[in-house]
Amino acid sequence: MSLTSNQIETVAGLARLALKPEEIPAYTESLSRILGMISQLEQADTSGVEPMAHPLTGQVQRLRADTITSGNSREAYQRNAPQVEAGLYLVPRVIE
Amino acid sequence: MARTLAELAAGLAARKYSAVELTRDALARTERAQPQLNALISITAEWALAAAAVADQRLAGGQAGPLTGIPMIHKDIFCTEGVLTTCGSRMLSNFVSPYDATVVTKLKQAGMVMLGKANMDEFAMGSSNETSFYGPVKNPWDPTRVPGGSSGGSAAAVAARLAPLATATDTGGSIRQPAALCGVTGFKPTYGRVSRYGMIAFASSLDQAGVITVSAEDAALTLQAMAGFDPRDSTSVDVPVPDYRATLNAPLAGMKIGIVKEFFGAGLQPEIEKLVREALAALTRMGVVVKEVSLPSLPLSVPTYYVVAPAECSSNLARFDGVRFGHRCENPKDLRDLYTRSRAEGFGDEVKRRIMTGTYVLSAGYYDAYHLKAQKVRALITDEFRSAFQDVDLLLSPTSPTTAFGLGDQTSDPITMYLNDIYTIGANLAGLPALSMPCGFAGELPVGVQLIGPHFGEARLLNAAHQYQQATDWHLKTPASFAEGFA
Repeated sequence: MSLTSNQIETVAGLARLALKPEEIPAYTESLSRILGMISQLEQADTSGVEPMAHPLTGQVQRLRADTITSGNSREAYQRNAPQVEAGLYLVPRVIE
Repeated sequence: MARTLAELAAGLAARKYSAVELTRDALARTERAQPQLNALISITAEWALAAAAVADQRLAGGQAGPLTGIPMIHKDIFCTEGVLTTCGSRMLSNFVSPYDATVVTKLKQAGMVMLGKANMDEFAMGSSNETSFYGPVKNPWDPTRVPGGSSGGSAAAVAARLAPLATATDTGGSIRQPAALCGVTGFKPTYGRVSRYGMIAFASSLDQAGVITVSAEDAALTLQAMAGFDPRDSTSVDVPVPDYRATLNAPLAGMKIGIVKEFFGAGLQPEIEKLVREALAALTRMGVVVKEVSLPSLPLSVPTYYVVAPAECSSNLARFDGVRFGHRCENPKDLRDLYTRSRAEGFGDEVKRRIMTGTYVLSAGYYDAYHLKAQKVRALITDEFRSAFQDVDLLLSPTSPTTAFGLGDQTSDPITMYLNDIYTIGANLAGLPALSMPCGFAGELPVGVQLIGPHFGEARLLNAAHQYQQATDWHLKTPASFAEGFA
């Protein structure tokens, strides 16, 4: 399994990671090898096997009532924000 | 000299020392060891002394539990209110958590005294603690070697007897493998047994919180306080928590232990195989019956894991966008630039590799070939475990194919690094409880033996490990430079 540097750039774009051009060859090589290792899965006969998404089968995703259970913690949470103003998170202008 | 958490608790109850005295001692050991081991990211001395004073009041007032006043260390993956919580990453190097993880709340309520936060592989991705933004942890048995990972700081801290307990998390072996490499006991409960609320997510269908301790009895004591249903974790399981300590002394006669054939193949250091078989022999002298079992799909657990875990990681780590918390790049020119540069600067190399692997296997056109296929193989592996547990009570294997390797030895090749978890990943894929405990030394380096149990088989696992530790003293061995004990 061999990836191209173009594919790595596409994947990095989808993952919102700005790679430097000089980093791309090493990721291309290591991801190709990882996908090669993963391709061992082809050996397994999985016909008729139900895919498993959760280790405890039979567990049902719990739901809760749609009620308020905690107070407004906006100020406490925004103490970790890089940039806020009037209770809002600031980002670069999106609409000109 | 107190050698374990249980012995320390007895000393506190007998007023041999106060919680404040214990805490001062533990802080002094921790400060002294920090330049040698780099086991912690933060030391919370002021917080610890205040908590110890409260614990002393509880002890004096007769309101103490078995953990009250005992010093401990939290892996830096657990959110701690008002304390830096980094997950070993530059991304969170400025993050002061606004709330406590459920595990943190529960151990606080039990009166435990947090000394600080343990170093770890970045976002728990690694098997050597070398991916940490805060630098590698050194193995107390040989500081030129790694402690294992991702809970390398937790394992090194307990091995160096800084504290008798460190919390840890295990997604593919991150409690058990460092416990083996550092000569301590590491316990990963059943998936869903301990709340994941406030535990920074890596791969949500695999992550589970547990403990690193000196003994299985200490693991039982702390698991008792940590386990239980939590409505704030949607995968927490509402199953009653038994009294783990009550069954520690049950006789092992007639217990059936399976030896997994696939776990004794190529790649296993011969000295490790010899010590693991000696551990088995010690168990048979207690009346355990041994049976060989085969789990033919188990050799596919590493490739299965390296689809499932990166896929879930790519999704979980999408939240780090430089907007609401965490690292933000300087002078972003637009929103996309803010996202991509903040993430590129905030994440280290291995985290990026896993995010990209996960993004690739989930991307259009590849989903069926990779993610769906891996989920099916995961089902096969889980079924094989389930059939094995119809014949045997527990499974036994080595924890790690090698002893602690040298710092830098495996950093150039991710796949070599991934294979360190070849014996531990299966339990995560199937959600099973498992532990590693010391079973001897290969040269100067500790070796661990792994026991795996069926879902919610914690009590049986702890029982078997405790009985083994009554007959042996490998778990009480300490590195020469850290031999002073807890009190």
